Amino acid sequence: MYNRIMVPVDLAHANRLEKALITAADLSKHYKIPVVYVGVTTATPSSLAHNPKEYAEKLAEFGRDQATRHGHQAETKAYTSHDPSIDLDDTLLKAVHETRSDLVVMASHIPNVTDWIWPSNGGTLATHSDASVLVVR
Amino acid sequence: MNDDTDSQAIPAPEGAADIIATDYEIGQDNITTSIGPFGLDIHNPVFAISGLSIVAFTFLTLAFQDSVGPIFNDLRSWLTGSLDWFFLASANIFVLVCLALIVTPLGSVRLGGKEATPDYSYFGWFAMLFAAGMGIGLMFFGVLEPVYHMAISEPLGVPAPFDESGNLIPENVDAAVAMGMAATIFHWGLHPWAIYAVVALALALFSFNKGLPLTMRSIFYPIFGEKVWGWVGHVIDILAVFATLFGLATSLGFGAQQANAGLDFVFGIPNSVNMQVFLIIGITAVALVSVLRGLDGGVKVLSEINMAIAALLLLFVVFAGPTGAIIGGFFTNLGEYAREVVPLSMPFGRDDDGFRQGWTSFYWAWWISWSPFVGMFIARVSRGRSVREFVVCVLLIPSAVSVFWMTAFGGTAIEQVLTNPESAVRTYVIDSYVPELSLFGMLSELPMASVTSVIGIVLVIVFFVTSSDSGSLVIDTITAGGKVDAPVPQRVFWCTFEGLVAIALLLGGGLGALQAMAVSTGFPFTVVLLLACWAIVKGLASEPR
Repeated sequence: MYNRIMVPVDLAHANRLEKALITAADLSKHYKIPVVYVGVTTATPSSLAHNPKEYAEKLAEFGRDQATRHGHQAETKAYTSHDPSIDLDDTLLKAVHETRSDLVVMASHIPNVTDWIWPSNGGTLATHSDASVLVVR
Repeated sequence: MNDDTDSQAIPAPEGAADIIATDYEIGQDNITTSIGPFGLDIHNPVFAISGLSIVAFTFLTLAFQDSVGPIFNDLRSWLTGSLDWFFLASANIFVLVCLALIVTPLGSVRLGGKEATPDYSYFGWFAMLFAAGMGIGLMFFGVLEPVYHMAISEPLGVPAPFDESGNLIPENVDAAVAMGMAATIFHWGLHPWAIYAVVALALALFSFNKGLPLTMRSIFYPIFGEKVWGWVGHVIDILAVFATLFGLATSLGFGAQQANAGLDFVFGIPNSVNMQVFLIIGITAVALVSVLRGLDGGVKVLSEINMAIAALLLLFVVFAGPTGAIIGGFFTNLGEYAREVVPLSMPFGRDDDGFRQGWTSFYWAWWISWSPFVGMFIARVSRGRSVREFVVCVLLIPSAVSVFWMTAFGGTAIEQVLTNPESAVRTYVIDSYVPELSLFGMLSELPMASVTSVIGIVLVIVFFVTSSDSGSLVIDTITAGGKVDAPVPQRVFWCTFEGLVAIALLLGGGLGALQAMAVSTGFPFTVVLLLACWAIVKGLASEPR
């Protein structure tokens, strides 16, 4: 039914993603399709990595860890963004397209008033891509 | 497991770089919280102290402006008057360091690692660094300075071409015109861009290659070591926020006054404080939209629009003005600049105090006080360039554009002044000093003056929007401890704050006092920059080439 599941991950807050990660792994095993973990980083140093290459390595390690833990097929893909506070949605949309994912599983934040001004990432993805989007509370 | 990082995602492997091993983790001092629905990710002391002190400073300046104003003005006069030699000598050092980086092997180090690729195309990159660096100044001073230096300030003692009753002294004309242009280009050429290049290069090097956070304090790591993450660093960052915010707020105020003067000149819209407040609100509102569109969708697009409109206006002046003289003048002025740059930059043994202290020294302090803002912005968009490419592009190309701009605007204006004793430029620059009208005065004597003046006003406003937007990005990054992905409401906060401070100062007076204060921060930052030169050389020497 699906070809590939994309899971956007924020490595700085990986602990908040647990439910979404388990859901994605279960779906991956159920449909026997790979999960691609997508991370977005900046060219400038961040709390996670000194540069994009180091970030990509950490993301790959995260993917390997998920594969060992849940026993599913995992891939990773890291993107750099000049201004991730603003460009996150666009980068994730590009990732859906480039990884040819047709199901996105992502953790949600608690909805609040600012969603009226800055729409949620999940909402934007569902609106602008062809993939199915499962937002995990 | 398939680690799929192809060229469409991460921009090629970064290659070898000499990362500094520090225990400091970016964001470790940050407070992540939310106020109501708005998320925050702010550096603990830097954000709070900068924000509160700026509010306190604004209130104090408003409350005691009669006593505070003279203090700041005296401070500025003292700094630019007594320490002129220090500013001039330091700027010369920055130029020499940059030129040395071009020719030595250190120039082959690449920002972001040996195999990093540039984030932006030449055009987008160049548009951004130019718009942030001096766009607005060229609008304000392009006509004013060449005419003023030719006719009034007598750089290096070259006599003015007018006698006391305002009659032309023909034998003085050629030398005065040549010196007027050379002195102007001196202020807009290699020296200011060397100042920006030093700051930007230091920031880019210590961030992209050494892995330290993108804030001013990182430059000092080679000097203070781990202490830089403590109060020493806090003070440096807070100073940078101060210089940037007050610099922006005062410029925003003056910009509103200039735009208002232009609107008055063209449309007869009265010059009033209400109109200026309205303009600041408008500029801030557009800047907010740009802030919400981010670096690529906002600042970059605006900068490219700026460049296009500025190029149109420049071409118009070239063709509507004395075309042949301007094109020939470009090379003549370049020659004059080359001939006079050394005498003009001499810190000692000169008698032209008015010019050297009132203009050069003031300019150098001004560029230096703006350098944390412009340098940080240039650094952020310059990853992937080699040091040599970076210095050539930041130093030589903008200088060449400045020469052409000054030749076109200044050359046309000087011709108007010399051929027509009744010219508008002469009225606004020589007979009575109304600097904000000098550009419009020059345009008014060319064809289609009403159209070009409107373009001029639009350009002034768009340049301000760009400054306000990129300034908000920079302040936000510094006050978020070097994070560039802090929540957007913080940028909105700083952008709005800039507008409010500008309005408060405009309504209460004190814009001039605060500009004097912003310029006064030029002195401590000159020391910062001199240390940065040393840090750059040391940092580059340890990089793989």
